[in-house]
Parts: sequence; structure tokens; C-alpha cells
Amino acid sequence: MDSPPLDFEKPILELQRRLQELKSHSDKHEIDFDSEVESMELKIRETRRQIYENLTAWQRVQIARHVRRPFALDYIARCFTDWVELHGDRVFGDDKAMPCGLAKLGPYRCVVISQQKGRDTKENVKRNFGCAYPEGYRKALRVMRLGEKFNLPVMALIDTPGAYPGIGSEERHIAEAIAVNLREMMVLRVPIIATVIGEGGSGGALGIGIADRVLILENAYYSVISPEACSAILWKDRKHAPEAAEALKLTADDLMRLGVVDEVVSEPEGGAHRDHDLAAANLGAALRRNLKRALETPIDELLRERYAKFRKLGNFAEPKVKNGA
Amino acid sequence: MAIFKKPALKTESRKKREMPPGLWQKCDGCGEVVHEIELVENDRVCPRCDYHFTQTAKERIAKLCDPDSFVELDAGLTSIDTLKFQGMASYKDRLRKYQDKTGLIDAVLSGHALIEGYKVAIAVMDFSFLAATMGSVVGERITRVIEYGTAHGAAVVIVAASGGARMYEGMLSLMQMAKTSGALALHAEKRLPFISVLTNPTTAGVMASFSSLGDVIIAEPRAMVGFAGPRVIKETTHQDLPERFQTAEFLEEHGLIDLIVHRKQLRMQLAQLLAYFSSTR
Repeated sequence: MDSPPLDFEKPILELQRRLQELKSHSDKHEIDFDSEVESMELKIRETRRQIYENLTAWQRVQIARHVRRPFALDYIARCFTDWVELHGDRVFGDDKAMPCGLAKLGPYRCVVISQQKGRDTKENVKRNFGCAYPEGYRKALRVMRLGEKFNLPVMALIDTPGAYPGIGSEERHIAEAIAVNLREMMVLRVPIIATVIGEGGSGGALGIGIADRVLILENAYYSVISPEACSAILWKDRKHAPEAAEALKLTADDLMRLGVVDEVVSEPEGGAHRDHDLAAANLGAALRRNLKRALETPIDELLRERYAKFRKLGNFAEPKVKNGA
Repeated sequence: MAIFKKPALKTESRKKREMPPGLWQKCDGCGEVVHEIELVENDRVCPRCDYHFTQTAKERIAKLCDPDSFVELDAGLTSIDTLKFQGMASYKDRLRKYQDKTGLIDAVLSGHALIEGYKVAIAVMDFSFLAATMGSVVGERITRVIEYGTAHGAAVVIVAASGGARMYEGMLSLMQMAKTSGALALHAEKRLPFISVLTNPTTAGVMASFSSLGDVIIAEPRAMVGFAGPRVIKETTHQDLPERFQTAEFLEEHGLIDLIVHRKQLRMQLAQLLAYFSSTR
């Protein structure tokens, strides 16, 4: 898929431009440059591999935010069938940043809760840049309860810069909406598989992120605070975001090491935005495999494991205390 | 010989201003200067305008719990710099600085106690320690005290104050929201009461987890309570914020909390609520 290049991709672009020149030169003067073209193509492949295998945390954040990156509804269209979107929280409104509904994943009937960003201004206004209001989190809970009632597992697709920081959000109690989801998802009596497909922005992401299995795409990130905001607080300046991104340990590999996520789903070379179908095929396969395993586990055992999985997160020192001391 | 001698110039008034710091406090409520002794005697409430100053966790526990009934649990839990976080200052340096300044190991005290004879599992956050941000230690101690309540059939009382998650611990700090909320789910399954008390300020990750999950939610008067910071909201929305936005009074008006209780009445209010919900005294 054609997409605007990111800064660190410029060397590849430069090589591609030179390759193009070489080819046109060859055509115009009818000289055989085949071996040169071949070595140039090799060099491009090698450069790409070099760049994409050594992405910094900040570069991955940029890929995760890429405007052409597949969004939740792109995955829903490709990984799932028979999608029926269900609207509204039955109290206040329908949050377009949080599409929820029924869908089939292969043979499995599911409910899907997701966060959706927009690709252009018009779409972003509609989707509020993927920042949900309280009614979004409450719609997600309503649909999860529906899943619990009809024994349909929950598939959560996470992609948000964060819950929306606005006046209406506070008036309708965004903090409570997220907190209630955390509590209720911990004891929801159907399997939950959550995947961070792009941006995992803090509490807004976690608000649909309690699950038996937490997956993350190779170039997605999941962070307690955005690198920019962290930079503004700790360096008193937003321009240290790349260092903040590094310090926060927000990449898929870092999160695997910390035990925050259970599995990394690989992306097409250069990022999911380069091949939506392949990205979706990878995700679909990972979801089916994880869901199958979760469905084979008795629900009480699954709930115990779900609690234990989050319960053990955290790192601290504790002196040994003698019994009865 | 002059009868009246011009008195020598004295600089007494200037000397007065050089009092040891901390002896006088300017009240954020009315702007008046209040003497420390007066504040201590008045539970750190402004005697003129009732503004509630920040209280330490120790002070709160002493005022809320029956005398000598508080038994601290998990006192030795200490934060670790898992991420080796380097910003303008390292996390390690920050921790050491606040440990020296406050005499605390981290931002919460937890344990079990009696309130008017009712057994409670109680945690009190201390804003003076790194803005009472929630890292692994805060999350673990709060989770353990909730689990203590669940195991012993006790009510849980958490007095919160917090700037949110502790970013120096990255995603491990965010996960404390999940841990604490999950522990409350199991506590609730046993039909045990949880009373959440919000003090100035309670925000972000703490507000978006256990603090919003009280069976009854109480706030201190004029406490700043919210999810996003007012500056962030202003920058995002380019709107003027409503009057008293994100105050306890604003939350009560919008139906988001049960009660606003003056600090001096808090202990009796907790006891009254516990009498409705608890069978153990």
C-alpha cells in the first residue's frame, strides 16, 4: 500500500529513486544494466531489513500512529465475518470511537469491542481521533454483558491515544466508566482476548484491556503515558519524546519482558500499513489459536488464571519477615 | 540634652519574616496566613474558611482509627527501579529524595484497624510522597489490604490522594489499576463493603480504578477530583472550564459521588456507614 514515508525510511526511498533512474537510463540508451539493477535491489532489501529490524521505540510509535495503518474496522472486515454493529450505551449516546458488535471469528461466534481512529479529518471528527468518551466504555461493557449472557467470548481491539480528556468526559465520569470495566472484566464469565493493534494509550486502552490473553502487534505500543506528555513532565519540553519513548519501555518486546503482554503478533515488513491483508491474516490466526485454547479451559479456572495474571504484575522489594514477628 | 531620644532603628519586622519555614502556611482557600499550631489543632483545616489542607497518612490514620488499633501490614515493601528510568532525574534519586523528605518508604500506609469498634482493612495515601503516584508498591499494598479484607470479612476503607500512575514504572504502574480493581471485584463477591474517600487531589489512574469503585464514595470539601488534568483538558478542547470544575462539589452536583464530608465529621460518618453494611463489630 502506498503511504507517506516516515523519516527513518528515507534511505530506502533514496535507493528506490536511484533504482528507478537506473532502469529508465537502461531503457533510454538500450544498455544492459541488469546486474546493476539486481545488486541495487539486493541493497534495498538489505537496507529495509536493517532499518526494520532495528527500529527504536520512537520509530515504532510512529508506525503505530501511521495514518494508513489498519484500524479496528479494517481488521473486523478481514478477520471476522457476519459483523453486526450494535450502537449506544442505552443511557447517553453512541460513541463512534468505540465500535462494538457481534461477529464470527472462523467458527466462533463472538462479541467485539474496539477502538477506531479516522484516516482523514472528516472521519477523525466522527471517531474523535479514537478517543472514547464514558459512553464508549459503557457501551463496551453493555456488549460484554451481552456476550456473557449468550456465552459469546469477547474480542477487544485496542487502538487509542487515550480516553478523551474533555469537559463532557468529566461530567459523565470517565474515570468511573473505566474503573467499572476493569472490575467487571476481571470477573466476566466468558473468555476475553485483547489485542493492542496500534496505540495503547494508558487508562483509555486498559479500560477494554483486561483479558485472559493480551496480544500486541509487533509495532504497536502500550504505555502509561504518551512519550510527548512524559517528556513535557520530566524534561519540561515535549521534544524529548524519543528519549521518553525509550525510557517508558513501551514496545512489544519490552512488554513481553515485563510480562504485561502474552504474545507478539508479527507484522508485514515495514509495518502493518504496507499490507493490510497480510497483517489481518496474522492477527486472525493468532486470535483463533488463542480463543480455541481459552474455550477449552473451564471458565472457573480461566477466571482464576485471569486474576493471577494481573495480580502478579508489579516489581518491588520485600524483606523476609519471620512468622509471628 | 534632648528629652526625647530618637529610638534606634530596629529591623524587628524583617526578622519576623525570617521565621523557620513551615511555621506559617498560606491558605489556598482564603489566602490568609495560618499558624502551624492552629492547623494541627484543627486537623489541618483552615479555621477561617474551612479549607482542607493536605494531611499526612500518619495524621489521617491517627484521626480516623480508634486509638492504638492500627496495625500496619506490608510495611517493608520498597519500590524498585525496574526500568532503570532516566529522565532529568533518575527514579532512584527521586525515591531517595522523597523517602528522606517524608520519612515514608512509599506513598501509602496500609493495615487493619478499628473505626468506632468496626474492623476495617484500611489504606491511606500520602500526597507528599511523589504526589502519591501509584507504582508497584502502592498497587501491591492496596491490593493486599483489599485481599486482607476479603479473607477476614472486613470492610475496606481507602483514603485516596494521587497524581495518578507512576510513570517511572512504565506499564507496571498502569497494571496496578487492574490489580486493585480486580481485588475489589473479589471483595464485592463476598458482599463486603468498600468505602472510598477522595481527598485533594485524587486524579487519573487512581480515580480510574479503585477510588471510583466505592459502594459509598465520600469526598472532602473542595477536593480536586478528576480524570484528566485541567490544563490538558483546556489544551485539548480549547474551551473555558466551568466554574468549580473537577471539585468535590462539581462531582456531587453531577451525581458522581455520594457525600461531601468535613474532615472533622469523617470518622463518625464512616462509623455510621459501617454500621449499615457490617455485621462484625
